[in-house]
Formats: sequence, C-alpha cells, structure tokens
Amino acid sequence: MNERDMNSLTGVIFDETTEITTTELCEVCSAEHALIEQLVEEGILDPVGDQAGEQCFHYTSVRRTRTVMRLQHDLGINLAGAALALELLDRIEMLRQQVRKG
Amino acid sequence: MEFTDYYKVMGVARDATQDDIKRAYRKLARKYHPDVSEAEDAEERFKEVGEAYEVLKDTEKRAAYDQLGADWKTGQEFRPPPGWDEGFEFSGAGTGDGGTAGAGGFSGAQFSDFFESMFGQSRGQPRGAHPGGREFHMRGEDRHARIHIDFRDSYTGVQRSISLHVPEMTADGHVVAQEKTLNVKIPKGIRDGQKIRLAEQGSPGIGQGKAGDLFLEIEFLADKRYRVDGADVTLSLPVAPWEAALGATITVPIPSGSVGLKIPAGSGQGSKLRLKGKGLPGKQPGDLFVLLDVQLPPADSDAARELYEKMSQEMPFNPRADL
Repeated sequence: MNERDMNSLTGVIFDETTEITTTELCEVCSAEHALIEQLVEEGILDPVGDQAGEQCFHYTSVRRTRTVMRLQHDLGINLAGAALALELLDRIEMLRQQVRKG
Repeated sequence: MEFTDYYKVMGVARDATQDDIKRAYRKLARKYHPDVSEAEDAEERFKEVGEAYEVLKDTEKRAAYDQLGADWKTGQEFRPPPGWDEGFEFSGAGTGDGGTAGAGGFSGAQFSDFFESMFGQSRGQPRGAHPGGREFHMRGEDRHARIHIDFRDSYTGVQRSISLHVPEMTADGHVVAQEKTLNVKIPKGIRDGQKIRLAEQGSPGIGQGKAGDLFLEIEFLADKRYRVDGADVTLSLPVAPWEAALGATITVPIPSGSVGLKIPAGSGQGSKLRLKGKGLPGKQPGDLFVLLDVQLPPADSDAARELYEKMSQEMPFNPRADL
C-alpha cells in the first residue's frame, strides 16, 4: 500500500487556544464526565472559562486527556502518575527545543 | 499463518518464571508505549509485546503454547496440530491479572491471526466472523507528526510531501508499519512550532466513527546565518571593519529579496539594524534584524602586517578597559 496519495491537502494553522466544552471533550475522547472532573482535580486539565454553564478547555486538552487514558489503560498508571508523566514529557519537549536552538 | 515466537518478542527464556515474564512486560510496555517512546515503530512493537504477554502471562495458555515445541521460528508457515490444546482450559483474550492492561492497547484488542486462531474467542471460525458482533463506533485517534522546513518557505508558503508511519493490519492480522505519503500545502507566514491540522487524516475510526485528525508540527531547520524567533528573523551579516567604523551602503540578499542597507558610521561588532516588517509575513509581520559581524582582514602579507602595526601604534584603543 505504498501508493502516493496525490491529493494536495491544505492544512489549517491550528490555534491551540480554540476552546471546547466538557461535553465536546468527553465526546471526542470517548471519556466519561467523571474522568474529566478527576483530571481537573488532579491539575492535569485547566479549565479556561465557562460556556452555557459548562467548563471549557483549550483544544490541547484533547491530546492530554487521550494520553492519560492510554497511560492508565495500557500501563496501569494511576492519575497522579499520569499527571507526573505528562509534566515530564512537557519538560523533555522543552529541553529538546532548547538543544535545537543551540 | 505465521508462527510468532512470543518468548523472543518478550526477550525471555523459555523457562522464565511468571514473575520474570511480568517484569519483562512492564519494562517493554513502558519502553514502547507510543505516548512515551521515541521509537518509530513503537505502536507495532507495543502491540506485539502486548499479544505475547497475553499468552505467556496466563499459565494455561502458556502451557498450551509451549506444547507446540521450541523449534518453531517467527514467520514460519504454521498450522496448529489437531487436538493441540486438549487438556488445557482457557478462554479468549482478556483473562486478566488485574491492574495490568491486556494487549488491548488503545485501538481495541487487535490480535494477529496466529493469536486469534490459537487463543482467540473466534478460534476455529474464519477470520472476520464476530461472535455476537456488537456495533461499536468510536472516533479515530488523532495523530501527531513533525515536519521540517526551511524558514524561508514561510515567506511564500510551500507544498511538501511527507511520509508517515502508519500501523496497519495486514491480511493475516499482523500489525506492520505502512508508509503513507501526503501532499500538504504549508501556508505562508507559518511560525516555528505552529501546528497544521489536517482533518480526518489521523487514525481511522471504529465502526461508523470518523477518522481522527493529523496534526503536523512545523519545525524550522537550523540556518548558518539566520536565527528565527517567533516572527522576527535575525541575519548575522559579515562586514569589514571600515564598513562598520566609517559606515557603508551594502546590498544584502534577504529572504524577501535584496535590500540596500545603510550602515551608520560608528557601528561595531554586534550593532543591530532593524528592517521593520521584513520578518516572517502575517497579520503582524515580524522584523528582520541585521546583526553586524565584523570580520578581520587576515594579516597574511607584509603590507597587511604593516597596516596593522600602524593601526596599533596610531590608534589608542584598549578593548579590555573594564576588565
């Protein structure tokens, strides 16, 4: 299946500050509301505002939520561990950028 | 179908204890989990390891598997001998030891043909027959990739073809890395670190679920002469000492075309000139800074050395005055 996909795709510059509601977040991640609440409690997700009575998050929360769900399911890590793992991964990324810029 | 040597996959000896196997799994799972692994084939390896563990962690399955003998090698054509699993009690995947995940991974339990026909719930049935098949829909996972471009491409936008490693199931159920090529238009004015979202180019959904998105993170390649910081671009411009000290007008090629640059007299090493709006384009275009990098003419002839000598005698100059 090494055929070239000849469609030229136009990417949209993605603004990570786009907001989504808790309900949308649950849907996109196939997550329970209760999990999102726990993630907020643990400090893994930071709500940025309110919309129609619901908490809202930046779109970056999608990736964070999915990562936590995977770590829990695949590696048996609890929430506190997952929170730490995410923070360490962020730090590694920052260091990588620093190394890149010389 | 092809045999898979689960002991080899897990890197344990055939007489490893259950504890050995559990330890090995834990280490390999952490090593190859796609969220924390840097390996390109992390997803495939993770699934492989998960499947091996699914068999070896269960004493009944393991015993049945061991019965097949130690002579089979991964990849060999294999048919389970009739009655091979007689006397063993096991049922499908997911008989767990609580707390560790099975080989479920994140896109649902997808095992190879080898596993399914030996241990799967649908064993004995042709692949694709789902006992009590339940309709299950889920949006596909988002995928993230990084693409390197020259910062100059941001001035005009650029079209690039990128290759992705996508884990896919082959006809016999093994998960392999397939190369997928996409042509992407990268918009003008893109900044280092920005992400481009390609809708529905991520992992396929399950059932009627839509595919996830593909996020491409842009990374500028390092450049000898230029440094980019946000929308601002800094050019390190080599100049002669007299050009800096006495001033000069220089034609400088810059990403958006050549520009005539007026260097004021009295400039020095590290002097910075600002060209407003000549940085990366955008609603708020960045600036282009020109940083003077004074180069010394080499003292490689008698005449040159005499000139330097003259300068040292006739120009009072102490560069270390504040040391």
